[in-house]
Amino acid sequence: MSSSAETAETAGTAVRPAAAVAAGNRRPATGDGLDLGQQSAARRIKDVVAQVVMWLSFGVAIVPLVWILYTVVSKGAGLLATSGWWTKSQRNINSDDVGGGAVHAIQGTLLQAGMTALIAVPIGIFTAIYLVEYGRGRIARVTSFMVDILTGVPSIVAALFVYSVWVTVFGFGRVGFAVSLALVLLMVPVVVRSTEEMLKLVPNELREASLALGVPQWKTITSVVLPTAFSGIITGVLLGLARIMGETAPLLILGPYTKSIATNLFSGNMPTLPTMINQDRTELGIAPAVERMWATALTLILLVLLLNILGRVVSRFGSVSR
Amino acid sequence: MGKRIDVKDLNVYYGDFKAVEGVTMTVEPRTVTAFIGPSGCGKSTFLRTLNRMHEVIPGGRVEGSVRLDDQDLYAKSVDPVAVRRSVGMVFQRPNPFPTMSIFDNVVAGLRLNGVKGRKELDQAAETSLKGANLWNEVKDRLKKPGAGLSGGQQQRLCIARAIAVRPQVLLMDEPCSALDPISTLAIEDLVNELKNEFTIVIVTHNMQQAARVSDRTAFFNLAATGKPGKLVEIDDTTKIFNNPTERATEDYISGRFG
Amino acid sequence: MSSVTGVSAVDELPDGDHPVGGLTSTGRVGDRLFGGAAQGAGLLVIALVTLIGVFLVAQAVPALAKDQASFLTSRDWSPGGDAPRFGIVELLWTTVSASVIAMVIAVPVGVAVALFITQYAPAWLKRPAASLVDLLAAVPSIVYGLWGALTFRAVVKPVEDGLQTAFGWFPLFSRTGISGGTIFFIGIVLFIMVLPIVTALSREVFDHTPTTHKEGALALGATKWEMIRTTVLPFGRPGVISAAMLALGRALGETIAVTFLVSTLAPGSPWTFSLFNGGETFASRIANNAAEFDSPQKTGAYIAAGLVLFLLTFVVNAIARVVIERRKAFTE
Repeated sequence: MSSSAETAETAGTAVRPAAAVAAGNRRPATGDGLDLGQQSAARRIKDVVAQVVMWLSFGVAIVPLVWILYTVVSKGAGLLATSGWWTKSQRNINSDDVGGGAVHAIQGTLLQAGMTALIAVPIGIFTAIYLVEYGRGRIARVTSFMVDILTGVPSIVAALFVYSVWVTVFGFGRVGFAVSLALVLLMVPVVVRSTEEMLKLVPNELREASLALGVPQWKTITSVVLPTAFSGIITGVLLGLARIMGETAPLLILGPYTKSIATNLFSGNMPTLPTMINQDRTELGIAPAVERMWATALTLILLVLLLNILGRVVSRFGSVSR
Repeated sequence: MGKRIDVKDLNVYYGDFKAVEGVTMTVEPRTVTAFIGPSGCGKSTFLRTLNRMHEVIPGGRVEGSVRLDDQDLYAKSVDPVAVRRSVGMVFQRPNPFPTMSIFDNVVAGLRLNGVKGRKELDQAAETSLKGANLWNEVKDRLKKPGAGLSGGQQQRLCIARAIAVRPQVLLMDEPCSALDPISTLAIEDLVNELKNEFTIVIVTHNMQQAARVSDRTAFFNLAATGKPGKLVEIDDTTKIFNNPTERATEDYISGRFG
Repeated sequence: MSSVTGVSAVDELPDGDHPVGGLTSTGRVGDRLFGGAAQGAGLLVIALVTLIGVFLVAQAVPALAKDQASFLTSRDWSPGGDAPRFGIVELLWTTVSASVIAMVIAVPVGVAVALFITQYAPAWLKRPAASLVDLLAAVPSIVYGLWGALTFRAVVKPVEDGLQTAFGWFPLFSRTGISGGTIFFIGIVLFIMVLPIVTALSREVFDHTPTTHKEGALALGATKWEMIRTTVLPFGRPGVISAAMLALGRALGETIAVTFLVSTLAPGSPWTFSLFNGGETFASRIANNAAEFDSPQKTGAYIAAGLVLFLLTFVVNAIARVVIERRKAFTE
């Protein structure tokens, strides 16, 4: 074809000036000169510097983690090793006293978390089912958008909201249940998003097989889809629990502390691990109080870590993984 | 421009797994050599050792030698990055950089190598796009994103990008398998022109394409499933397709397997 | 989706690829009930979020109406009594500047760590490294507060003193007499807290950079860093912006860690732009005064402050989502 021959010719003649320029400047910019050993030193250096910077920043990220864990463990482990820590409360113990334990706070934290899960998990799972299995169109999009907003609501705002409804409007007191309500607002989006992801991972062929057998949709969901996604959903729930157990803002607004064991979610004050720490926030100069704070912090971290690890273990052994 | 490739006793490993064994061949300068063979026989793997791209996968290594004219590509003093400047590659699915314009795509390789002058880059872009038979189609929209072109145009853009750095050798890994027949023809015509300047090695699944486009053809095959791939026969294209020496080659050409 | 941020930077299924079935498929009772429950849950979520806005506004407005001072520009804070005066400008300054400090440090460091994990770390190190950085997110905020106050403060203080001595002429670094928690210090602690958010989201986008683009760059003779610079980073930019916004949102709303560290300013202290000044954030002031929620008017003032915080985080999070949604629309 004459046109392509022409192009080749013009390309050929046009090529030489560019090559000459490059060769004339003696820059190894092109493959003409086959100097395989050399490369611009500047590029090499930048490459190495980049590598060093990446490794260093990893170090920067790890240092605080190690530091915090080391501090909490070294300062708090002592009290955790005593049996009293796990069996006694802080009843009759003053800030500068030694002794007592954390059982009241541990119970309180677990009770509130349990109540939160009781409410948040069904709401979260059903919302996720709605978004994945049923929802098309506007309402589903708005719901998804709202879940996103809920993810970003600061815990103190959620707490203020619950206060304004529960206490101001309805006149109820500041009890453990109110705290749970605020924590529900924080946990629901976590459960929704993780459940949603798990449901999306279930292959469509499974649904189609069940429907083709004449099984109604709701039963397909409950006996085929949910069981397949089950372990992933559990993981999401556990991670959500781990997150809310450390939330303190709702406790400050809705859950005053007490030193004794209290197990009634609907009346009276209820102690929790975070409020036990917060209790002595202004006594940072008193040694026994400080030691208790570290020990409580360690207890809380252990609890949260336990849930995290449990969550990851469950997801590892699940039938559908990320 | 356009150098000779000499491969001697090349074994390709990924970790301990031997993917390709005992390849010895010569590719003459400014010719087109096609690699054919059934899926999984190692032709793409071997192709990648020619520009040391197999090393991008952890554990990828070779034994044996690959020489470009007389330079050993695997000598201790040689930087793989420099090798890739001299041995360019075009991939199976067109991969223009999505965040760059057509112009930026074409000169990407030059910019990386330090060419900054506006005039130089403009000149090089025009030359390469003309060399890839794409200039007329894009000259008025050089600033538009590279991803906005059709598949065939995108592949020619990638070819322009590869030749902009003036490599010695151009490796093409099934460059037309994701394209329609008309674009395929356009690229085959292009290969015919490019061979005046570059040594070209093209892996293809399409035997008719190999017959149309190449001067020499190399047939790769697996000894058996689980065994490494081998070079069975390499010869002039007409000989391979009309009168091959090896039985396996004849079987493959006539469609008895593959 | 990353468990740390709850956000997915990459959509697994293309739009419209919905699992089979629907609300109209059968008329069975079971489907009606179950589907109804599911839809009910969705509507409940919508209602809750709407109610949050509604209730906060409803209880803030009466207090705002009685406010004698300009809510947005006054530094006073006495919400009780017959002539309440309260304004949030100080809270705004402290909250925003501390959070911006946190974000400005967290984004480059977080991106670098994400690049490390996805591009530089050897295969055996990838998973443990990612888990370690995620662990930073698992530490409860109150522990950050405790550690910050009792351990970290002592280390940062000499740095602050040094900066004030060397750069005291610059308004942001001018000397103050504050020895407790400064905006600067709080910003640093917040940085550590939001770092895992930036890293987790950035990791996700960097991991999804199509291999063919990376190989394309390498095949042109790019060094590893050049390959990252031309393919991974541009590809990941929307994700990084989104991560920065989410980190900012998190920092703005952080309560207990800040409350532990904050140095309340005496009323009437001179205004300064110094980052070494004390001051409370929205969240810490509300938290610190929770015991004072005894009259609707006072509560209303704090709720008004909470409303501003809600709006701030809403806007920041909305930006994050919009950026991600636009990228999804362009994904090939």
